[in-house]
Amino acid sequence: MKSAMEQKMIPAREPPVNSRGVLGWMREHLFATPFQSLITLTIAYGLYLILPPFWQWAVMDATWTGENRSACNVEGACWAFVTARLDQFIYGFYPESETWRVNLFFAQLALVLGWLMIPAIPGKKLALGLGLLVLPVTSWLVLSGGFFGLPVVETHQWGGLMVTLVLALYGMLASLPIGVLLALGRRSSMPVIRTFCTAYIELWRGVPLITVLFMASVMLPLFVPEEIVFDKLVRAMIGIVMFQSAYMAEVVRGGLQAIPRGQAEACQSLGMGYWQSMLLVVLPQAVRLVIPGIVNTFIALFKDTSLVLVIGLFDLLSIVQAGLNDPEWLGSAVEGYLFAGFVFWLFCFGMSKYSQRLEKN
Amino acid sequence: MEKMVREGKDPTSPVIKLNGVNKWYGSFHVLRDINLDVVRGEKIVICGPSGSGKSTLIRCINALEEHQEGQIIVDGTELNRDLKNIEKVRREVGMVFQQFNLFPHLTVLENCTLAPVWVRKTAKKEAEKTAMEYLERVRIPDQADKFPGQLSGGQQQRVAIARSLCMNPEIMLFDEPTSALDPEMIKEVLDVMVELANEGMTMICVTHEMGFAKTVADRMIFMDQGQIVEEATPDIFFNSPESERTKEFLGQILSH
Amino acid sequence: MDNKRQPMLVRLWRDPVWRAIFFQVLLILAVVAMVGWVVNNTLSNLEQRGISTGFDFLSQSAGFGIIQTLVEYDESHSFGRTFLVGLLNTLLVSFLGVIFATVLGFLMGVARLSSNWMLSKLASVYIEIFRNIPLLLQIFFWYFAVLGILPSPRQSFSLFDAIFLNVRGISLPWPILDSGMVMVAWTLLACCVAVLVLIFFNKQHRKNTGRPVPYIKAIMVSIVVLIPMMTGFLADARLQWEIPALRGFNFSGGLVVLPELAALWFALTIYTAAFIAEVVRSGIESVNKGQKEAAAALGLKPRRVLSLVVIPQAMRVIIPPLTNQYLNLIKNSSLATAIGYPDLVSVFAGTTLNQTGQAVEVIAMTMAVYLTISLTVSVLMNLYNRWVSLVER
Repeated sequence: MKSAMEQKMIPAREPPVNSRGVLGWMREHLFATPFQSLITLTIAYGLYLILPPFWQWAVMDATWTGENRSACNVEGACWAFVTARLDQFIYGFYPESETWRVNLFFAQLALVLGWLMIPAIPGKKLALGLGLLVLPVTSWLVLSGGFFGLPVVETHQWGGLMVTLVLALYGMLASLPIGVLLALGRRSSMPVIRTFCTAYIELWRGVPLITVLFMASVMLPLFVPEEIVFDKLVRAMIGIVMFQSAYMAEVVRGGLQAIPRGQAEACQSLGMGYWQSMLLVVLPQAVRLVIPGIVNTFIALFKDTSLVLVIGLFDLLSIVQAGLNDPEWLGSAVEGYLFAGFVFWLFCFGMSKYSQRLEKN
Repeated sequence: MEKMVREGKDPTSPVIKLNGVNKWYGSFHVLRDINLDVVRGEKIVICGPSGSGKSTLIRCINALEEHQEGQIIVDGTELNRDLKNIEKVRREVGMVFQQFNLFPHLTVLENCTLAPVWVRKTAKKEAEKTAMEYLERVRIPDQADKFPGQLSGGQQQRVAIARSLCMNPEIMLFDEPTSALDPEMIKEVLDVMVELANEGMTMICVTHEMGFAKTVADRMIFMDQGQIVEEATPDIFFNSPESERTKEFLGQILSH
Repeated sequence: MDNKRQPMLVRLWRDPVWRAIFFQVLLILAVVAMVGWVVNNTLSNLEQRGISTGFDFLSQSAGFGIIQTLVEYDESHSFGRTFLVGLLNTLLVSFLGVIFATVLGFLMGVARLSSNWMLSKLASVYIEIFRNIPLLLQIFFWYFAVLGILPSPRQSFSLFDAIFLNVRGISLPWPILDSGMVMVAWTLLACCVAVLVLIFFNKQHRKNTGRPVPYIKAIMVSIVVLIPMMTGFLADARLQWEIPALRGFNFSGGLVVLPELAALWFALTIYTAAFIAEVVRSGIESVNKGQKEAAAALGLKPRRVLSLVVIPQAMRVIIPPLTNQYLNLIKNSSLATAIGYPDLVSVFAGTTLNQTGQAVEVIAMTMAVYLTISLTVSVLMNLYNRWVSLVER
């Protein structure tokens, strides 16, 4: 007989077979109780009913190229509508010989955004400076032309994805500084300035963007002397910036509130003035804190640019919408909307994943 | 001393002068008829129960808080509604906070050079050189490129002291500099403060570190309910205080 | 001392109080100048274009029809009436949207946190798809791509020969209420109130004695079911349904949900529900896991853990962003104008503005409506937050 002291240690064993591996996982996550099993099977059956036919329609039976709707297989998706009009969806009515300028704009944008968003690349301050100050100027010059022998392309020829990006980009860039000023104003100790900023912010946040766009499009021309004529695109931009800066202000204000008062006091005790302490110490911290919030308002803005359709501008959605009325392509609505939806989704989902990752760090 | 003589200032005249200072938060009377003269090079330790107005008092000295009645004159400049005067006083008075208030988005070195570069308009290279000297004096030159968040509380507070010193102040205010620190870190901060005191800096400290007070203070001030209750040399203050309230307070904090 | 010698203006400039006054006066002057300039330009522009000003147009006859009206309206009614019709239509679709988006959103939010992998993935795919696609596109999709390709009335899809789905909308049976039925409805309402009182009484009783009122559930069911039934029997109430029927090229009778309303309603519901689901998820996740464990350790059943501990805490986090989503939904209902649903923006800021040309008045009135709704809700929200933070203390 062994004594208790000599008893062997119990060696570690594998867990029981029903709690490990694929089976264990399925047991825990899919079939934990009869009710759970029922849910799982119902969903699986639903997916079985929907997905294979959709795949059949969207890929297997689809027609990818063609001149008009009659070239398409009746059973499948008519992606020919998209491929035939892809240039228009991207460049609008921009002259075909000049589309390289739009591509240059896309390239600039991708370059600066990539630089800013990929943490491994150094020189973020330089990238930020380029993005905020240089990019808007060069982009506008390249797109509208009129110098170095570049022919002028009027904004009514702009359209498609490019207009979506232009509106979102300029709306964002202009509303950021205005939003910061409004947020500072709303926290000001001067009652008149505080009231003014609060009223401005609450006014624009309280009304739908569509009424703001109507206002910018119908009322703005009434507000200025007759000699001044605003471009339709510029009018839409003014509306978007007024609207967006109010939302931006609230995001920045959230960041300012999170910065302890001691930071500003430390600045004061070192002899720094209001603007020095704000620009050098408080704002850099506050803005860094709310980058996810800023990205989220940008996503909202990006989706909202589609509303310019109601004042007759051709962004991505409205150019697809216009294409659907082409008698050659009648009945391609599903394909058109799926394509436009997919493009918007790709941008928005990408940005929201990026902002979620920032939030986690 | 040489600098003062050069500037033609009398080293024995008070460098800080408070005459009948009163302050209210709403209807709450936080400072009541404060009179205080501080001579150049003097070290003053203020203690008292929480809410007695001691922090408010030293925050009035660099105009972080505005007083409503009375006169505060710092190095010949009166703190009134003139912004230029306030700026001038703040440049000459350094302050160390209970919560350090380092700038978390800047490195230790950048924390130290920010104000010299933007307020004093010193060249960056020169500011960095001065900053490194002060960081050496507070014994953390090797942390210069780290961010405040990477340092211990004691190290952060020493950076805060160096940051104030970089502005080359005549006067240093300490607002409970060790209250937010773990016990083992208190000593490293107090050592730096003692050294600073020995070099002849004019200091006003709000603190409950009575050991420190006994070593460096020229004068102890006990405040309660917004008033200066007792003012004495450390010897008299700790051994034979006049006021009952002082005795009671000392009994409470020295009993452990 | 030396500041006495400074000139007066320099002294004032260095005084923070005077400096603040200066900036504020400057801002007021700038705003007044700006407004004056704008008003001046607008007046002269309007004069040049021969557009009248003022609110007289509200009493002029509108001269156009509206496809869906909740109050009596035809071409002879005034623009003021148009405004009311549009406002009611906005409120209708907002109300429908809020109710359905809340239900769908809560379901999806809870599903997202389910331990069932399939269910939680399904919910997260739903959320990620629908909140990342512009609402306007979704409205178009439902309107043009789904409802727009439905068959003509003659080839309607039908369910039990009572519900008909076609390109003109959805036709549903609608009850015709005789006097007896009206009485039944009122009795039912009264019984519901009585049950609410009973629930409250039961709660008190339970607090005082630790036991519920005996047979409380049976009592409540019989109040709600038996009493209205008896009323119906006594009053000889008969429920009749008006079934939609094909007459000529269209259905008549019953309730018709216009495709415009249906598309807008679906899109608003599905889009907003995706956001509400996220609100609900983060609200529930915000409740500390320890709370659940502590409640379970006290021996509360899972259902009670949820209803007594988790949900009350989660609701505090959920309600403010939830109201925000409701406000967004109301504002987003203005996209109606893109598919011709006659909401406020569509009939007022659209048609009325085009007919009268009085852009300033019309847009100001439209904005004022939305602003009033938003501000009212945010005032209520502030009160709620203050109440919650008081409770916390």
